[in-house]
Amino acid sequence: MFKKTGIAALVALSLSAGGALAAGGEAHIENVDFSFEGPFGKFDQNQLQRGLKVYTQVCSACHGLQYVPLRTLSDEGGPHLPDDQMRAYAGQFEVYDEEIDDFRAAKPVDHFPMSQLENAPDLSLMAKKRAGFHGPYGTGLAQLFKGMGGAEYIYSLMVGYEEPPECAPEDFEGSYNAAFTAGGYPDECKDEHGHPTVPGSWIAMAQPLWGDDVEYDDGTEATLEQQSEDVAAFLMWTAEPKMMARKHAGLSGVIFLTVLSVLLYLTNKRIWAPIKGKKTS
Amino acid sequence: MSGIPHDHYEPKTGGEKWLHSRLPIVGLLYDTIMIPTPKNLNWMWIWGIVLTFCLVLQIVTGIILAMHYTPHVDMAFASVEHIMRNVNGGHFIRYLHMNGASLFFVAVYLHIFRGLYYGSYKAPREVTWIIGMLIYLAMMGTAFMGYVLPWGQMSFWGATVITGLFGAIPFVGDAIQTWLLGGPAVDNATLNRFFSLHYLLPFVIAALVALHIWAFHTTGNNNPTGVDVRRTSKAEAEKDTVPFWPYFVIKDLFALGVIMVVFFAIVGFMPNYLGHPDNYIEADALVTPAHIVPEWYFLPFYAILRAFTSDVWVVMFASWITGGIIDAKFFGVLAMFGAIAVMALAPWLDTSSVRSGRYRPMFKWWFWLLCIDFVVLMWVGAMPAEPPYSTISLIASAYWFAYFLVILPLLGVIEKPEAAPATIEEDFDAHYGKAETPAE
Repeated sequence: MFKKTGIAALVALSLSAGGALAAGGEAHIENVDFSFEGPFGKFDQNQLQRGLKVYTQVCSACHGLQYVPLRTLSDEGGPHLPDDQMRAYAGQFEVYDEEIDDFRAAKPVDHFPMSQLENAPDLSLMAKKRAGFHGPYGTGLAQLFKGMGGAEYIYSLMVGYEEPPECAPEDFEGSYNAAFTAGGYPDECKDEHGHPTVPGSWIAMAQPLWGDDVEYDDGTEATLEQQSEDVAAFLMWTAEPKMMARKHAGLSGVIFLTVLSVLLYLTNKRIWAPIKGKKTS
Repeated sequence: MSGIPHDHYEPKTGGEKWLHSRLPIVGLLYDTIMIPTPKNLNWMWIWGIVLTFCLVLQIVTGIILAMHYTPHVDMAFASVEHIMRNVNGGHFIRYLHMNGASLFFVAVYLHIFRGLYYGSYKAPREVTWIIGMLIYLAMMGTAFMGYVLPWGQMSFWGATVITGLFGAIPFVGDAIQTWLLGGPAVDNATLNRFFSLHYLLPFVIAALVALHIWAFHTTGNNNPTGVDVRRTSKAEAEKDTVPFWPYFVIKDLFALGVIMVVFFAIVGFMPNYLGHPDNYIEADALVTPAHIVPEWYFLPFYAILRAFTSDVWVVMFASWITGGIIDAKFFGVLAMFGAIAVMALAPWLDTSSVRSGRYRPMFKWWFWLLCIDFVVLMWVGAMPAEPPYSTISLIASAYWFAYFLVILPLLGVIEKPEAAPATIEEDFDAHYGKAETPAE
């Protein structure tokens, strides 16, 4: 009976998702079946490499990945670039070195550069900033059961650029995006109680992906949806680079502890049997 | 140590006798682990071991994290990312520590509500109960300060809001707040002292836990019937009890194993589910999050804090009678701490002569309503402070106080309790049937 209380508490907490909304209307978040969802989900190396290409050729113009060491691009459980490719990739960035008081080509131990634009957020943790359960995008139970989270948010943002709704004035600042809730929102699109009537809000970033923005090395067709999925998967990796190691450790823990619990159950049953007046075999 | 008659440690070899006459530590450990324990304890009596495990887990993982963490406003956030990316196994240790806090509070709430149902707080266990409440307060302080350390947005704004509560104290509030923060606002001094105290308090908790165990080893465990162990002779006592080792150690370890399976599944597969995504944004004093929400385990008391707004008549009355010294904000703070204080006073507020809720037909209903009330408070605590949530939280807060201040004292007078079994043995045998051959 007591355990039920605990479970009920958790359920009540999960239901509280969506309580918090920023300025805009409710976000429209698409559910994508990413390969890394669920207890056994893994990153798709090819997808991470495609996502890296999208990031490098499009996103990196403004956005940085300041917490991500370049050497981790060759990590297993990541994009797993061959060592020489990783070194060549690192070499294209310039970093300031205090020891020589000058700029030099980046080495594997250096990190990706910081954001180039003042108001462009760093993307290292973007997928986790949006993965929460009572976060601004209300992914509570959807996150638990469908695995919806930050990667879905990034995908939805990339494909969420639409024609502005008719209620908005033509010169309203920013681009209308159905998945973004933290941006500007015109008063004309609110009802008499001040509640938004259309989803999303107006984001400062202009539409970054249109389709065929990059040419994939593995021949995958670079549609808008494909590129969005790939870059979302890549940013999930930058936010949670040890995800595969973590799931592996978690699974080992679950298996070993289950075996231990069974053994303890049998031990417990046996030592209590004489006290409870049951026959021991 | 125990008041229940049982065999004590007898040093046998020369070496044991030598040590025992100088430091009787082996005897102390023996008496602690062999304490006669009521044999009818049910599965709600496992949380003590789970909590002890949590404390050890948090201290061990915390010490490792402290080896790699930097308590400085410019480096704290990056040092946590360093732990997550570069420290061997650091990501898993951090997630264990993060979710370990949640497990700690799940266990402590179930432990507290078990005590409330079976009347574990009643004489002669009042001191155990009070020490337990002090442990709970110290846990809340530790968890709150620990949440500030990653220096994310919720860390920073949570610290700002909670320390702001002390600013609501009349006359001396501002001075206290400045003293707590080490300056006019949450800054490097705050982060440093929170780190220092976050490291210190767990050891204070460990000392309190020792006192908690000492206290209930003196009175003996409560049990689901609330009936005392017979103490007239060792033979009588042995009919009601079994030694803690091996019977309850193995039982508790089995329960801990099952809980650990769930815990490892959460840590391994969904470690951020109970966290707030805003805490992966570095603290920014210029950007206030849309909704500042505390961790789930604070939500019930956070709801009570927010429930008493200036348009509630008790608040208006308190404000009028004190000439405005108690305003809505200070009233909320008093209510929040009062909610824990009334719980701590339960031993003296409960007038019933029957200990266990199992034999109290009316009490049961009010107790389960209190459990529901707790869940409702947790839910509204996460909701924005606007209708209908503000009304719900006010009703739920009122019930919390009514339960301890009105219902518990009244029930003892008006309720007609059912007959409890005469002995623990009787209760146990009713469940399992009499042993055919005495266990030896």
